[in-house]
Amino acid sequence: MKQQRKAVALISGGLDSMLAVRVIQEQGIHVEGINFFTGFCVEGHTHAVRKKHKDKQKRNNALWVAEQLGIKLHIVDVVEEYKDILLNPVHGYGKNVNPCLDCKTFMVKKALEWIKEHDYDFIITGEVVGQRPMSQRRETMPIVAKESGSDDLLVRPLSAKQLPETLPEREGWLDREKLYDFSGRTRKPQMALAKQFQFEDYAQPAGGCCMLTDENYAIKLQDMWANRPNRDYELDDIIMLKMGRHFRIAPHLKVIIGREEGENRFMQGYKSLFVSVYPTSHPGALCLVDGEFKSAEELQQVLALVARYSQGKNEPQVSLCVRQKDGSEEEYSIQPMAADAIKKEWLV
Amino acid sequence: MKQENSHQLDARRLLCPLPVIRTQDAIVKLHPGEVLVVTSTDPGAKVDIPIWCRINGHEVQEIREQEHEIIITIRVGDEIN
Repeated sequence: MKQQRKAVALISGGLDSMLAVRVIQEQGIHVEGINFFTGFCVEGHTHAVRKKHKDKQKRNNALWVAEQLGIKLHIVDVVEEYKDILLNPVHGYGKNVNPCLDCKTFMVKKALEWIKEHDYDFIITGEVVGQRPMSQRRETMPIVAKESGSDDLLVRPLSAKQLPETLPEREGWLDREKLYDFSGRTRKPQMALAKQFQFEDYAQPAGGCCMLTDENYAIKLQDMWANRPNRDYELDDIIMLKMGRHFRIAPHLKVIIGREEGENRFMQGYKSLFVSVYPTSHPGALCLVDGEFKSAEELQQVLALVARYSQGKNEPQVSLCVRQKDGSEEEYSIQPMAADAIKKEWLV
Repeated sequence: MKQENSHQLDARRLLCPLPVIRTQDAIVKLHPGEVLVVTSTDPGAKVDIPIWCRINGHEVQEIREQEHEIIITIRVGDEIN
């Protein structure tokens, strides 16, 4: 009896990996999905807490794709291991702080470990030659295969005919003729294949699915790094960069002010990790203090700023509470800051 | 629906996909037929945890919301991996 061959697919939640899986399933291969949580995934965090995104489905696209394909999905927490990839990328960063080539290599390497552990035969990805400027170029795609150690166990079904033959093709597990030769940035071949497979609903993330490719996020991350003794970070740090308005008052002092109810509620959970400031005389935003007040003037500035983002912004005085991490509280009263007194250079 | 001998998972203040990852990690330590009750504050968990259960063969017995918490009761399926 012919042996049932098995592959694991890197599932991002986008269309390309969805198509790649279906192409391989059509050849009778058993496929399961793997998805890596780095902490920088776009979906989820902000969509879950912000009203602005209420029209967006609060769903994890990778899970949704797996269900459409009828495959299992293994979500792997790589937050700790990923720090070294982000902080020390061998191949450097893309336009923002995106270490795409190192990232892809890392994920394929992790998938290789997974197939060895689970006795699977090969790895598939939805990569397309020329699709992305850093990790999906004709010159860089072989680097991913080589440096991850996956070599000819890595199959890119959508661009296979543009690339050297892989082991599953040589062994006859896959028919190369039934794989594709997509290349370039056009999405037309993918759309046509999606239609052929009758995929009608799929995520089309603008600019990819990683916050590290987002310019505004990159600025906040670089500001954090520039104002700390070193670039180490924790998961809470990178999640907080997605929340609220960030004001850099001084190198040792940044404040994060919630933009709406959902964010304020979420940020409440961080009151034991940060000093917090919030109005008590009027409804208003919660402020988390990243750093410390080194002078009374800095405290006054932050109090006036937080008062500005309360419903008492036009009142002569607003009362506020400053809560320490240990729960001790102190009350203050202050005149809200005028709109034109908020320094532009504070806003990160 | 409070079940006797159910296992509890506190996934509050975690956002997508961490409630799913924590659920996945908890279930791998359980046996078929056991019950896990997950408490989350992430609105996305209402969608994601049931999908994860469906694709992995576990049964969602109940989803209820209490204030800003989502409480999901899962019966572990026969195949755990």
